[in-house]
Amino acid sequence: MPTILEVRSLNVRVNGRLLLGDVNLSVERGDAVLVLGPNGAGKTVLLKALLGLLPHEGHFAWTPSGLRIGYVPQRVDVDAHLPLCGRNLLEAKAALLRLERSAIDSALERAGIGWDLMEGPIGHLSGGQFQKILIAFALLGDPEVLMLDEPTTGLDEPSAENIYDLLRRLRAGGVTVILVSHDLGLAYHFATKVLCLSTLALCFGTPDQALTPATLKALYGARYEGASESLRSGRA
Amino acid sequence: MGGGEALSVYAILLGTVAAIAAGLTGSFALMKRITLAGDVISHIALPGIGLAFLFGFNPVLGGATTLLAGTVVIAKLEERTGLTTDAMIGVVFAASLAIGALVTPNQDLAEALFGNLRPVSPLGLSLGLGATALVIGTLWWNRHRMILHLFSSELATTLGVDGRRLNLIFMLLFGVTVLLGLQFLGALLASALIMIPPTIGRRLTHRLSHFMAISAAASVISVLGGLAVAAWRHLPLGPTVVTFASALFGLSLFMKER
Repeated sequence: MPTILEVRSLNVRVNGRLLLGDVNLSVERGDAVLVLGPNGAGKTVLLKALLGLLPHEGHFAWTPSGLRIGYVPQRVDVDAHLPLCGRNLLEAKAALLRLERSAIDSALERAGIGWDLMEGPIGHLSGGQFQKILIAFALLGDPEVLMLDEPTTGLDEPSAENIYDLLRRLRAGGVTVILVSHDLGLAYHFATKVLCLSTLALCFGTPDQALTPATLKALYGARYEGASESLRSGRA
Repeated sequence: MGGGEALSVYAILLGTVAAIAAGLTGSFALMKRITLAGDVISHIALPGIGLAFLFGFNPVLGGATTLLAGTVVIAKLEERTGLTTDAMIGVVFAASLAIGALVTPNQDLAEALFGNLRPVSPLGLSLGLGATALVIGTLWWNRHRMILHLFSSELATTLGVDGRRLNLIFMLLFGVTVLLGLQFLGALLASALIMIPPTIGRRLTHRLSHFMAISAAASVISVLGGLAVAAWRHLPLGPTVVTFASALFGLSLFMKER
């Protein structure tokens, strides 16, 4: 498979403080990359840097340039009083990307939501409903790469499982997925590659290569040292 | 219809279309939560209007000049003092009001502060209609970018929206809209039609398109209603229009919030 993303010695500093250091990785088309790490490890920072939202040192390149990238942020602090509904957001994105109306229908269908959810003010939506709209928003425009930052936070079990099913279907259709999550089990149930971050990159490779007991201990502490065995044995 | 009457009709026509621009600009200002800062900035026009009365040139031109200069002064003071924007706006606003009151000839002070329905020349009408078309056209052209930027500046950036440029464009539109209302409403109330009608729209609907339409309609109704009442009771125009708008907001309180 052709390489779609190449990252070399990527560093991100904000106000002189190192938030992400020495990240190297290579992602191939169709990969599912799981980004793991404790809170404050720089996972979100990595996604934002790759989207060009944060200044960085080092090098990264998407190939080909102009690749369609969908992004589901970890949170969007929406003013609850905004008179905006999901329809306004998807229509605005569709207009900017000059997409047909049918593209919105297709994104909603893939995200598993109906138009009824799109008509209510976004400030009145539940966390799960809002998350689904964010996913539909990211899927609009048929992205070749989908980056998701803890997309199942705040969702109930069935909703979270729906999202993982969706991600598996997208992958089967050739979409490359880069997923930030705290769910270590995904390394064995979903990912083709794992990147471990703790400000510095501690590991990168296939789950079996990357998640050694030593790496898990460095990431989450001694209690997680043997976690890979139990998670591997529970592999779907 | 005599020439003088035609010029007054021009003034009413200009007031009406400027009201539409105010309602639409105000809708975005309300969503961006910058109505009050914008209102305060609009008062910086007063010294320019005062000087225009003193030296006999167009008050709108005078107001535009000090409005622009005041905005630059605020930015420079902020840079030099390290104090916040709102503190600097406060200083420049108070100074402008004071200087404006001192330089404006006494007999013109009420008009400078509270506006008047002066006849508008065909050239003034053309310029006013052009400015209104510019405001409405630019808002329409940028509406999708502004919606996305309001929702999430990050997501908007990933789609190629330049947030700083968009903010600058919006502040310029805000300034032009204030200038359109300056002659009618005066320096103190110039941005009232940017502030009040959108609150009525927001009370009545949560749908963006309805919100903007109601804001524009409430603004037009306020201008026409205010004009009628001011002519009937011989009242100053600006305060009458703004009182009319405030009464509409009061009425909206009795309607079901959406």
